[in-house]
Amino acid sequence: MPHRWGMVIDLDRCTGCEACVAACHAENNIPLSTPEEAAKGRATHWIRVDRYYEGEFPDVRVRYMPVLCQHCDDAPCEPVCPVYATYQNPEGLNVQVYNRCVGTRYCGNNCPYSVRFFNWFEPKWPEPLQLQHNPDVAVRMGGVMEKCTFCLQRIQRAKRDAKDEGRAVADGEVQPACVQSCPAEAMVFGDLNDPESKVSRMAKSGRGTRLLEDLGTKPKVIYLQRVK
Amino acid sequence: MAAAVTIPSDRIRADLWRPLSGAGSWYVAAVVVTGLLVAWGLFAWGYQIHTGIGVVGKRRPVMWSFYITNFVFWIGISHAGTLISAILRLTHAGWRRPVTRAAEAITVFALMIGGLFPLIHLGRVGIFYYLIPYPNERMLWPNFRSPLVWDLTAIFTYITGSVIYLYLPLLPDLADLARHSTGPHRTIYRLLSLGWTGSDREWHALERAQKLMAGMILAVAVSVHTVVSWDFAMAVAPMWHSTIFGPYFVTGAIFSGIAALIVVMAIIRRGMHLEAYLEPVHFDNLAKLLLLMCLLWAYFTTAENLTVWYGNEPSEMVVFGERVRGTYAPLFWAMVILNFVVPFVLLGIRRLRTIHTAVISAVGVLVGMWLERFLIVVPTLARPRLPAAWGTYSPTWVEVSITVATFAAMALLYLIFSKLVPIIAVWEYKHVSDG
Repeated sequence: MPHRWGMVIDLDRCTGCEACVAACHAENNIPLSTPEEAAKGRATHWIRVDRYYEGEFPDVRVRYMPVLCQHCDDAPCEPVCPVYATYQNPEGLNVQVYNRCVGTRYCGNNCPYSVRFFNWFEPKWPEPLQLQHNPDVAVRMGGVMEKCTFCLQRIQRAKRDAKDEGRAVADGEVQPACVQSCPAEAMVFGDLNDPESKVSRMAKSGRGTRLLEDLGTKPKVIYLQRVK
Repeated sequence: MAAAVTIPSDRIRADLWRPLSGAGSWYVAAVVVTGLLVAWGLFAWGYQIHTGIGVVGKRRPVMWSFYITNFVFWIGISHAGTLISAILRLTHAGWRRPVTRAAEAITVFALMIGGLFPLIHLGRVGIFYYLIPYPNERMLWPNFRSPLVWDLTAIFTYITGSVIYLYLPLLPDLADLARHSTGPHRTIYRLLSLGWTGSDREWHALERAQKLMAGMILAVAVSVHTVVSWDFAMAVAPMWHSTIFGPYFVTGAIFSGIAALIVVMAIIRRGMHLEAYLEPVHFDNLAKLLLLMCLLWAYFTTAENLTVWYGNEPSEMVVFGERVRGTYAPLFWAMVILNFVVPFVLLGIRRLRTIHTAVISAVGVLVGMWLERFLIVVPTLARPRLPAAWGTYSPTWVEVSITVATFAAMALLYLIFSKLVPIIAVWEYKHVSDG
């Protein structure tokens, strides 16, 4: 049975520290933004931490929600792309083919989670940051869409290692950068097709919800949240 | 109702051919000004391609803005021609004769301009041909599930059809021009007239072909703007995902198309001294058509907004609120005034309906319909479902320059066209006077 990668994020554990955001930037060669561009709303973060405020001042509670590509089974971004630059791969990942993307940005419009990012310019890194690029990840050119890949390069590496050693990929062997760096251990990644995997067991939790579930997109990111 | 024609046959030819030779100072000035604006627009596009599409004001989540607005607007304007002239031809409206060619030319030019916008809009325009199903060694096809591919197909069909539809009734005039000119002009006109001799058989064939094309172009025009509307309606975004978008867009397209036709005709009438040919009755009839479309538009707009408001679905209400009382409220209410109040009053009251008020209403409708398209594209994108992703949008000089340049391009193409062929079909017009 092929893998079906998925993630569980425990919102009751998330502290909103944004370590996942920083780790993702470092891992995935995400272009840096200038203050002006960021103020315009053009900063790129494949994972972001949304903040929701509950209650009236002074009795306010902030709730954090890390939002990344939900890798939907029925992804609204996929059918609208005129050139098949985004599609569902056999392991359930919603992947982006940078070389094929012509930049209509239709996928970005049709993503209800707003997790797709466009390269408005050729990416630039101030010296010497261009020297710390991750060699396993392509640097995207200007004019194409990009988004979270569930750290596809790490999945590939784990599969290669497992194949070399003649065994299956073990549960927990693949850890996307965000999961690896989460100090609160709020995020878990793994194979949803393996009923014994940690992510499968946690996904069955009574606290499990999916973001904008009523749209029928069938996300593969499951949020755990105490229901009051 | 046929226009009262009393002009003798040879006068008609002399009058309608006069603008073809020589150029007044106004004409030269107009060509220079529009030419410079077009050149500036091309420069802006070049700058955008060179520097990156980030030089425009688009930002997440507003991924589409001015260019798509212009695209929908110009494809809408293109309905001036073909659709109106096809309806008038099929219903044998005698008063259509001095109107059809002017209208069909608008269609072709508006499509040329409108069809450019999806390209201007692309992040990587250099590989736009990935959208076209062409044979390639890797057997890669475009994604036929994408409304953008439907769009491309529809617009290619439409532009092909409307070029043929404009060209067919040009043949007798081109042959006539070839007979009466000398030198290289003669050769060019003769080549373009495809050997038209004016035999009975040819006239019959032309009539049959025109009827056939009118029928087909009608179907194509309706489907084109329906497909354009589906670019939006197929998306799950709030206030885009609407079943009435097809007819709503077609209505808006014809509405703005008639407005464009009225404006163009008024300019031709004054500029080329064709007062005897483009008579008040033509403007009166077109004004009535405009009024009809104004009411239809108001009906659709009410239906669209009332159902959203009554349904009270949170994500849709956010966009609705933005439009009606939020950031975009001034634009929304300007649109209502320009598209409904002004034409309804000026054209609905018979005493007020003159060439002047028709032109004023038409200019208002053009602005109003542009705003309508902007209000469909931007507020929805600026207010996606997750509030954390909400954003804003304001254009930069690049988008504004390119937008202005397209209006100049329309004028320039029209100026050139009016020097090449008579803007009113001479043979068709004479047909009326001959009985």
